[in-house]
Amino acid sequence: MNRRKIEENFFKFLMILATLIVVGSLVLILGTVVYKGLPSLNLSMIIKTPSGGFYLGKEGGILNAILGSFSLAGGATILSIIISLPVVLYLNIYARKNSFLAYFTRFSFDVLGGVPSIVYGAFGLTIMLFLGLNVSLLAGIITVALLELPLMARAMDEVVRMVPQELKDASYSLGANKLETAFKVIVRQTLPALMTAVLIAFGRGIGDAASVLFTTGFTDSIPTSLFRPAATLPLAIFFQLGSPIPEVQDRAYAAALILTIVILLISIVTRILKKKFAKHTV
Amino acid sequence: MQFRRAKDILASRLMMSLTIISGLIVFLMAFGLYLKSRPILLEIPINQLLFSSAWKPLGGKFGFLPFIAGTLWVTAVAVVIAIPLCLLVSIYLSEYAHRRVCEWIMPMIDLLAGIPSVIYGVWGMLVIVPFIKDIAPKFGIFTSGYCVLAGGIVLAIMVFPVIINVTIEVFKSVPYEMRQAALSLGATKWQMVKSVVLRKALPGIVAACVLGLSRAFGETMAVLMVVGNVPIIPKSLFDPAYPLPALIANNYGEMASIPMYDSALLLAALILMLVVLIFNILARIILIRVERITQ
Repeated sequence: MNRRKIEENFFKFLMILATLIVVGSLVLILGTVVYKGLPSLNLSMIIKTPSGGFYLGKEGGILNAILGSFSLAGGATILSIIISLPVVLYLNIYARKNSFLAYFTRFSFDVLGGVPSIVYGAFGLTIMLFLGLNVSLLAGIITVALLELPLMARAMDEVVRMVPQELKDASYSLGANKLETAFKVIVRQTLPALMTAVLIAFGRGIGDAASVLFTTGFTDSIPTSLFRPAATLPLAIFFQLGSPIPEVQDRAYAAALILTIVILLISIVTRILKKKFAKHTV
Repeated sequence: MQFRRAKDILASRLMMSLTIISGLIVFLMAFGLYLKSRPILLEIPINQLLFSSAWKPLGGKFGFLPFIAGTLWVTAVAVVIAIPLCLLVSIYLSEYAHRRVCEWIMPMIDLLAGIPSVIYGVWGMLVIVPFIKDIAPKFGIFTSGYCVLAGGIVLAIMVFPVIINVTIEVFKSVPYEMRQAALSLGATKWQMVKSVVLRKALPGIVAACVLGLSRAFGETMAVLMVVGNVPIIPKSLFDPAYPLPALIANNYGEMASIPMYDSALLLAALILMLVVLIFNILARIILIRVERITQ
């Protein structure tokens, strides 16, 4: 009897310890980034582009990377919505209940979601060669859109799948066809939750470095054209960290803090939207 | 009236083609990478590519063994650290913890999943690498800190969310009545977990670990930043390594100038993709089975 109690308590202790380690590593990561990044974060980091001697520790900021990252992830997310929303609506409204296509597509997205981002980068490179594109913002947008696609589509699918059949039936009984039901009833009903899917995908897109390494390149100027290379935050961090000069490294920490703040904001907005959606679920 | 109908039909056709195309992306990726890596596969026999450790792109020698060994090492270390921890956390959150505790911890685990890999890399360089450098001499080993162990630790943290989330889902699929039956027979909570939940969920747990493993296998930036990138076959935890993804990422710049180099790197990407695909397909099949049993 006593041994059972000891065993119980021992494992409970281990579990709490493990949970503390997991939570602690998150706290440690965020803490380190804030601690290292905050001292070097200042206004000129955010509103200036790298000027001469920037990589030797002189004047300048990473506006180029901030704007580049947002236009890259923004473009990729829009492209990804254009593909995944129709696919998800098709799977849930048009496709028959046990259709092979629906089963196959969901499985394929699940598997695609596990493909490492460096492989997307390499695939992006072969697409570029195929289309005759150079290293450019557009090539990056296409690659990152592919990277975001499985994540966004599966998240949207989970949401749309939860829409009760009665709601669809009500719409059909009023004479609406499937297309009208899809866009005027289902999309409107699930909009906040669909937005969370979009935001999660955006977060993944803005933080990814390995896929843009080959495709988007890097530049010191603000992105002006789809056909020119663009800077991105993760790569700005990566390249500046490689420098032996302490001032440049400090900027990498500040850039890491900026990226972390963006990710945190996305995560908070996602939670708020989720709560909002939970209120409106039928 | 006709117009509305035509619109509906047109939209359904469009959406169906989009669905088919996007479902085929996986195959397209594998095929595209295969086409680009064909030149080197035609030139050098595959077993020489996989099992030779001579890596001299300028001399036309492409042996992937050190890189494959490096990948296996860091993945193994990550998995060994992550699996026991994640299992304990999952059991705690699904069986023991109060609902309110879960509501606090689950978002944190989601956040862990959302942190970009570069940030993990920065953190690894700032915390883990110096830590290993300081602690290794106590065991009589001298290292720069950039080693297999550093890569493994960073990777382990990155795969926590994958394993924990899937495992908790799997635990949920174990029927509530079975737990109650065990408890009513006088089992303690831990005995119930051990003999009912863990046993029942075993296939799902394996799937969760395989998913975590494949995530670790392909992770690039974070590992690249802490693992040292020396193309040797690591002999211990404190040796530097050079995993496959890091090889691809580091050499993208010069690959156009050396013959066969691009082909070799895309072959590395293809190998990565195929391994990850096989792992993922296996895990997904197990998980679908688990789901089907519960329904």
